[in-house]
Amino acid sequence: MSRIAGRFQQLAQQGRKALVPYVVAGDPALEITVPLMHRLVQAGADIIELGVPFSDPMSEGPVLQLGHERALANGIGLRHVLDMVREFRQQDARTPVLLMGYANPVEHMGYAAFADAAIAAGVDGLLTVDIPPEEVANLNDQLQRVGMDNIFLVAPTTPDERIGRITAQASGFIYYVSLKGVTGAGHLDVADVAEHIALIRGHCQLPVAVGFGIKDAASAKAVATVADGVVVGSALVASMAAAVEAGGGHAAAMDAAVALVTEIRAGIDSIAS
Amino acid sequence: MTSDLKADVFAAVPDADGRFGIYGGKFVAETLMAALSELEAVYRKLSVDPEFQRELDEDLAQYVGRPSPLYEAKRWSRSIGGARIFLKREDLNHTGAHKVNNTVGQALLAKHMGKPRVTAETGAGQHGVATATIAARLGLQCQVFMGEEDVRRQALNVYRMKLLGAEVVPVTSGSRTLKDAMNEAMRDWVTNVDNTFYIIGTVAGPHPYPLLVRDFQCVIGREARRQALEQTGKLPDALVACVGGGSNAIGLFHPFLRDEGVAMYGVEAGGHGIASNQHAAPLTAGSPGVLHGNRTYLMQDADGQIMHTHSVSAGLDYPGVGPEHAWLKDLGRVNYVVATDDEALRAFHTLTRVEGIMPALESSHALAHAEKLAAQMTPDQVIVVNLSGRGDKDIHTVAQIDGIEF
Repeated sequence: MSRIAGRFQQLAQQGRKALVPYVVAGDPALEITVPLMHRLVQAGADIIELGVPFSDPMSEGPVLQLGHERALANGIGLRHVLDMVREFRQQDARTPVLLMGYANPVEHMGYAAFADAAIAAGVDGLLTVDIPPEEVANLNDQLQRVGMDNIFLVAPTTPDERIGRITAQASGFIYYVSLKGVTGAGHLDVADVAEHIALIRGHCQLPVAVGFGIKDAASAKAVATVADGVVVGSALVASMAAAVEAGGGHAAAMDAAVALVTEIRAGIDSIAS
Repeated sequence: MTSDLKADVFAAVPDADGRFGIYGGKFVAETLMAALSELEAVYRKLSVDPEFQRELDEDLAQYVGRPSPLYEAKRWSRSIGGARIFLKREDLNHTGAHKVNNTVGQALLAKHMGKPRVTAETGAGQHGVATATIAARLGLQCQVFMGEEDVRRQALNVYRMKLLGAEVVPVTSGSRTLKDAMNEAMRDWVTNVDNTFYIIGTVAGPHPYPLLVRDFQCVIGREARRQALEQTGKLPDALVACVGGGSNAIGLFHPFLRDEGVAMYGVEAGGHGIASNQHAAPLTAGSPGVLHGNRTYLMQDADGQIMHTHSVSAGLDYPGVGPEHAWLKDLGRVNYVVATDDEALRAFHTLTRVEGIMPALESSHALAHAEKLAAQMTPDQVIVVNLSGRGDKDIHTVAQIDGIEF
């Protein structure tokens, strides 16, 4: 069983929901990403989602676009991200790490080379925003060869008959995009989210995590009542950017991220029995 | 390979998945997949619907002003002393460029799909103007995304769009040019997918856009083929068109692909020269990758990040290219070459002075290559150059380079 599947199973046995914080690797600085990952785990993160910086992050809202731009300005590419995971693994062999990004950096490295390098570094799963099931066959061959999970998005616009096509290719968990739009936008409609999760559960046994639009403990709690996990990205990246902006430096950025994750963890756990 | 087999090769792309060999496809976020499927289904139905075709043909004739002339540039040809050069006068279309052939078609699709709002990206502003124009005519709400850098260099077109009732949104992310405008237009489409039709301006993007934009632009090549036969009694020996995303080039080339004797030249923006790394020539100096919904040749660095491009012409300043061009390059059917900023500027001045036709800086790249080509050919040979747009929009850029202030 993969580290991701194992973590969801363990949480389910405990009656708890997964908290999946997302940060852009190398934002705000190369040297804080690995220490930040450890601190997020201590603050209650169950799975770490690392954004792979890309020059054209088409699905990101303004907050994460800036995160990608800052990381790129720091010179961070996919190879550095793999180095970070390798370093993280020296102290943490249990927490699943998922990479989220866009097709081109993985294409450019080559699917087989990526799969080999990523599994060796300790990466557990990959989510490429712009590789839908129609385009994934060759990539999935390589990920399956090395035993890496491929996480797919399901959107509010995904028709029921299409969900099955997605879940047939997916492993680890399903990432439900809670709104039509880019990351960090809009307001959550929990009833709508619940309806779509029910549709997804009609097609597969995989856990369902929800992201795009979860900002704080209250929205995380609301989503956790209907999902198996909660992804928090833009709010976290914004909190770090604000701390840096306020002159607090990288230590303050990490503190801000830890504070938000701690608060969200408490919100999610308040629904547990 | 027999001619029949070759013909089949060109008819077979894109396949049902939108692929041109290994290029093309649908590399977009899940949120857009249903919208693309819907567009594909609607287009498949309407493209064979005689009533839709009649509506489109009427718009092209009455509103765009087609057919556009195939003009023999006699004085210019004589001055070069080689082949006869004919210009396909897309600059004479309503709004001044080939872009309107496509926006008229896509706006009709939007109308049939009941979408009240259209969104578009633009580089030089020609596609933005063509979109704003057809939106005004059909009473559609229109938002155009344009890189901040292009807003500066194409101020005239920005004002034209505003006069037409469109909202122009300057894009400040990334390199602040066409690629970033395209990112932002796709973000807008993801957010407003229920009520919005995204009018892509070139033969790139996810399937079915490269197919439908090609179909709408093929009117250029169909007319040119007929006109060349009427005016010269034979097919042209060579076709030349500039390639940014590649819509005017595909429009000219596609109806001639099966004509083995017709050589084709796609001219990319050489900027300050390929060696300078400051250019926009992915087919000449790039490698395959995935951007903006399709697999194609890209300008990218060792990490797979998309590189900043440079061209004197905003409309060619793009790091990717339509997937069918990528396929045609690998197939060897089209020769892809470059013209530098300086060569394009010289051609701009030459055509203006010798023929009294002021070409767009984009089209000037094609003219620059045609001049080189013509010199190596004979007076019984014929070159057709796609004069894809008029140069009025570039007067400020040219004046600035010549050190003139208004």
